[in-house]
Order: sequence, then C-alpha cells, then structure tokens
Amino acid sequence: MANKHTVSFKLNGNDVDVVVEARELLIHTLRERLATTGPHIGCETTHCGACTVDLDGASVKSCTVLTVQCQDAEVLTIEGLEQNGELHALQEGFTQEHGLQCGYCTPGMITRAYRLLQENPNPSEEDIRYWMAGNLCRCTGYQNIVKAVQFAAEKLSSAQA
Amino acid sequence: MIPRSFEYHAPQSVSEAIELLQKYGDTARLLAGGHSLIPMMKIRFAEPEHLVDLGKVAELRGIREQGKELRIGAMTTENDLIWSTLVQQKCPLLVEAARLIGDPQVRYKGTLGGDISHGDPGNDHPAIMLALGASFVLVGSNGERVVAADDFFVDTYVTALEPDEVLTEIRVPVLAKNTGWCYAKLKRKIGDFATAAAAVVLTMKGDTVKEVAIALTNAGATAFRAREAEDSLRGKKFDDAAIAEAARLVMSICDPAEDLRGDVEYKTAMTGEMTRRALRTARDRAI
Repeated sequence: MANKHTVSFKLNGNDVDVVVEARELLIHTLRERLATTGPHIGCETTHCGACTVDLDGASVKSCTVLTVQCQDAEVLTIEGLEQNGELHALQEGFTQEHGLQCGYCTPGMITRAYRLLQENPNPSEEDIRYWMAGNLCRCTGYQNIVKAVQFAAEKLSSAQA
Repeated sequence: MIPRSFEYHAPQSVSEAIELLQKYGDTARLLAGGHSLIPMMKIRFAEPEHLVDLGKVAELRGIREQGKELRIGAMTTENDLIWSTLVQQKCPLLVEAARLIGDPQVRYKGTLGGDISHGDPGNDHPAIMLALGASFVLVGSNGERVVAADDFFVDTYVTALEPDEVLTEIRVPVLAKNTGWCYAKLKRKIGDFATAAAAVVLTMKGDTVKEVAIALTNAGATAFRAREAEDSLRGKKFDDAAIAEAARLVMSICDPAEDLRGDVEYKTAMTGEMTRRALRTARDRAI
C-alpha cells in the first residue's frame, strides 16, 4: 500500500518491525500494534508527559514523535525497567514513598526519572523538580514523587559503592 | 489527533535535503525537532504533502568555537546547548534562554535551528539571536549565503529562508569582556510561550553604558530590536531614570497579539517590566 513504511527498532531490548503510515505517532504504534500500554495518552498535546518513553537515550513524549522517525532506534518503556522479576529501584521508590495515587502519570514519571538518573545519579531536590517538570501529576502534589526519585538515587548509588 | 497523510523523506545529507525541497517546492516542509511542526500538523494547522526530516543529517549537529564565534549546527538540541561547557563559558545567555524553553522532554528534541527558522514570534531564540548579533548560514540550490539575524525575521512564520534553503549553522559572537547578559521571561507555567520576554546584552565602561542590545519576544509579529531604547542608553550613566526611559521606549513600540496570556495592555506592561529586570541583571553581570 502506498505511503506505508516498514520501521525496525528495538523495543525494550527486542527487535520489532512495524508497517505504518508516515503520519502514525509512536504512542499509537506502541499501544495499538505492539501491546505496550505502559505509556499512556494523557493530553495528546506534548504537555502532560504521560506518554514519555526513552528514545536513543533521550526522554521524549511519544505523542509528538512519528514512528517513521524511529528507524534503528532503541526505545525503552516502563515495561523494560523490571529485570529478571526484580523491580527497578525507581519502581520500588514510587511504591515505598507513595509516589502515586491514581497511577496514570506514573509510567511516564518513572521513565523520565530513569533518564534523569542516568545523566545525574545524585540530583538535588531542585535538579529533580527542574528536570522532571515535563511530567504532570494531578494527585500527589509532587512531594512524594521527588522522594521516590531520591529513594532510587540513593539505592542505585549505594548498590554501585 | 493525527496529522493528515504525507510522504516522509529522511535525507542523509544537506544536499539531499535541498534536492528534495527543489523537487517538491512549497508542498514540502523541513522537520527539525518536530515540537512545533508536529503539534501544528496534529491540529491540521499545517498540512505539508512532503515532510523532509533532518534528523538523520549528522553534519547539522554540533558546537565548535572558531575565532570569536561559536558555530552551532542547526539541529543541535536545547539540551545540547544547556550541557555544553563551551556554550556555558562563551555564551551563557544561550544557556539561560534554552533552560526557559519548553520542558525537559521538549528540550531533548527541540533544536536551535528549528526554533529560529519556524518564524514564531513566541519562540525564544530569535530575540536572543538579535541581541547577540548572530548570523545564519543558509544553504540552497544556489549555494551558501550568510544572513544577519537583523535581516532574517520578516513576519509571523515568514523568514529570509527561500523555499529550497536549509538553515545549516548559527554563528554566535563570543561575549566580550565587561559584557553582561540576561533573558528575562514571564510565562504562566512550564512549557508555555512567553507572556513577555526581553533579551539584553550590555557592555559597560565604568558606570556608563558603552554598548547595549535589547530584543523582545512575543511583543509583535516577529522578535525585534528596541533600537530607540538602545539609543537612549548608549553613552549614558546607567541609573534608575535611564532604565525607566528605556522601558518606556520599549513599551511604546510593543504590539503584542491578545490571547489567553493577556490583553495588549498587560503584555505591553510586562514587556516593560521584563526589560527593566533584564537590564538590571545584565548590568550586575557586566561588572
């Protein structure tokens, strides 16, 4: 069919191929073709961050990326954070510190925080608030989200020490 | 919210991109970071038939120092600017502005060249470029030309770029000694465009203003210089009266569009206030 593209990329470590129209947004490919429903659709307008995924080492809002832009890319979603049945320190932190209520924003929050901690393993509270500002939460008031990220930063750095 | 159908092209080089622009004319649009264009396509405010994605053109990314300039590839992202020690040292105004753009995710994708060539008066880099006296390298089928920022911004969404040209490089003068700088931006929330914003670059000689540039965001059809306000300060003692007069002259030429961020009177007043703040901060940093 005209105007369709085969796009190959890595999703949470696995090779995937999809056939999409150029106009298809990454969030729809993930959710509707690849059964990866961790990234959520919140605002669809690049504001809320619920659809955040990690794309080639960058946090991006997958409602504002075309799937055709992802040829040869490495995509990580919340589904890829658990390893061998063990939750990632961030997932543990969000549980321990009650970093969520309804949970709608949580996959985006954690995926964003994952990249933040890769770049800055010991962020200050100010760093966390500034570099997490692209994710909106309408339940928590953010305090416990900051604590959850701090929990994970401490756990990851003590595991490395 | 899905864009209208289009053909997607991913050139590997600038020359390949220009060939595509020549072939498809005004039915084509360049895609940089996509954080203005894709949202506009989703609401069908933009409906290009051909999308030419510059994302795979490696030669368009990177920051280097040459002589007294920083030369920045057009596809360099906002976060690249923020994290560049070269930019932090040689042109911290660019870092200050980039940190006020969008949100973290937007800054991973949004590019300096995209922000400049989109022609939106609400974008932040145009005023920064005007205040710094930057110039832009435009490459098209007739070769390369260098256009000063002062000659680039024509009207809302209209720039000096010809339909087959690509903005490839931004040349920013390194800030001189005794030069202060500031970008003061008022916005309602993270990720918002400016309600009002002013960029100032200021060189002092003792307590006298030697050289000053003032440029404004979202105060008219394009970003623009406030030349009468600059003239009023040049060679004068920098004091409260001089700041007040410069802000008055700034407000006298503001013509902002009324929107949810405020009416004309409010935005004009805030542009005056951003000018005062930027001047004071720039002066503190100049000494």
